Amino acid sequence: MSNTCRFIENGETRAESDLSDLVWPNDPAAIPDWVYTDRRVYDLEQQRIFRGRTWNYVALEVELPKPGDFIRSYIGETPIVVVRGQDGEINAFENRCAHRGVEFCKTYRGSAKQFVCPYHQWTYDLTGKLKSVPFRRGVQGQGGMPPDFKMEEHGLRRLSVTTRRGAIFASCADDMESLEDYLGPDMLDQYDTMFDGRPLKLLGIHRNIIPGNWKLYQENLKDPYHATLLHTYLTTFGLFVAGNKTLIVADEKGRHSSLCSRRPEGRLESDATTSQIGSFHATMKLADPRVLELIKESDSPWNSNAITIWPNLIAIRQSNIFSVRHIVPMGPDEFMLIWVNFGFADDTPEMEAHRLRQNNIFGPGGFIGIDDNEAIKFVNDGLQRSQPRPGVVSLGRDDEPPETVITDRAIRGMYRHYREAMGL
Amino acid sequence: MVEDFNCDYADTLDRGEIEKWPDFFTDDGVYRLIARDNAESNLPLPLMYCDGKGMLKDRAYAIAHTEMFAPRYTMHQIAQVRILGFEDDIVSAQANYVLYETLIDEPTHLLQCGKYHDRFLLQGDRLLLKQRNCIYDTLLIPTCIVFPP
Repeated sequence: MSNTCRFIENGETRAESDLSDLVWPNDPAAIPDWVYTDRRVYDLEQQRIFRGRTWNYVALEVELPKPGDFIRSYIGETPIVVVRGQDGEINAFENRCAHRGVEFCKTYRGSAKQFVCPYHQWTYDLTGKLKSVPFRRGVQGQGGMPPDFKMEEHGLRRLSVTTRRGAIFASCADDMESLEDYLGPDMLDQYDTMFDGRPLKLLGIHRNIIPGNWKLYQENLKDPYHATLLHTYLTTFGLFVAGNKTLIVADEKGRHSSLCSRRPEGRLESDATTSQIGSFHATMKLADPRVLELIKESDSPWNSNAITIWPNLIAIRQSNIFSVRHIVPMGPDEFMLIWVNFGFADDTPEMEAHRLRQNNIFGPGGFIGIDDNEAIKFVNDGLQRSQPRPGVVSLGRDDEPPETVITDRAIRGMYRHYREAMGL
Repeated sequence: MVEDFNCDYADTLDRGEIEKWPDFFTDDGVYRLIARDNAESNLPLPLMYCDGKGMLKDRAYAIAHTEMFAPRYTMHQIAQVRILGFEDDIVSAQANYVLYETLIDEPTHLLQCGKYHDRFLLQGDRLLLKQRNCIYDTLLIPTCIVFPP
């Protein structure tokens, strides 16, 4: 029998802070500062969103190819371990010994037959079930655990796990709907454009810490307005720019979204649209244009899909870049991003070299990554240091055609869902 | 000679003269900035990757003219230079580097520490980088890396 210990046990209730001083503005296009700054709100998010009824991205299957392979990961702020069991199934459990709370897994990845807490050598199998407690019966009849100590109640707290086409999701809830139902048909279609069924090949991982609330990163990827203004590499080279063929998709509840764009043939000219874009450099030419080369590898009408899956996953397909970004909240004003980049098992060496060159665009040292990470830090600097004043997300309409680019529709949708999930 | 080269490299970057950075490389010079965890796990993804002078120039141009970031000073400390070999005009060397960064109204912070793994071309009386792999220990990057280590 495998480990049955869970996060949410029957009858467990948790005292919640009084949030009655926090009042949402009447304007549905206004976002109060306190969603980004208040510790009570942050704690409630961990409980209701990350430990609530959500599927959280935790790993790629290619990171755990063989039985016993594991990685450290997170669900919300909580450290977890994701491991492939001896039966080939994937297990996920809290990275916290049931004895004294030790975060026992201290390496990014590895392979194990069992997990042994280094403090008192409590030993767990690959499902997180407690297998042995040293000196459980004491020594020479003295000491040890009480006779009624039940091993099965002291396993590692285990998560529900599901997978689709190489990505692994976990949930603290035991009775989650399928990932397919969680995404809904339109977002499932987006997801399958990113994970198109080809076996993945892991290229590498970046990690950074951004000063700012974790939701700012979800918003960033739901914000086509900034994409066509801030990023020279997107605008000047037509990767995502107002005037491109564009589509903005969201699920029924507004939690997940995707910004799709098709690159134009050839170069954009200066015109009435580009003249409003400060980052558009009509005469800029690359000394080495290989970075932007688009090698056809898909029948999708889109060259880029910027997908957000609530609450913690960004999945990006841009030209020949494929990567996921795992959002790990670290307090109201800080989050970690884990950027996992991949290609495909059947890539030629030339294709892999091309993906590595093109990956200069993203990441904590990327042409676009630097812009975004800095912009989010600037937002945080403003929110943390100045007098509260609601943010404005009133571009566009909620019933507009899906090809509308200059819009905050996806951000408003996210906050409608957020307020419902949080009871705010 | 390698120490002098590294002094010039650090001074040029720390003066903010990023567009002179490609001049430290041969035309086919390769620059990679790689997390030690990726390097030791045989994962090929660099954080910055310039394969030839064209890509070095494009990176330098983007930093100088098109990327959006808060103004900052950088301070490179390059130490423990070790020559590993010299064969057919190619000098293999390594060094430790530390990179501090200073932003307005923030205390100076450590951005990176790591090792350079270099291959220099000896051309007359000067050295040029054929390859600089920067393998960094500081895996959890504070916000982002704008100027190359």
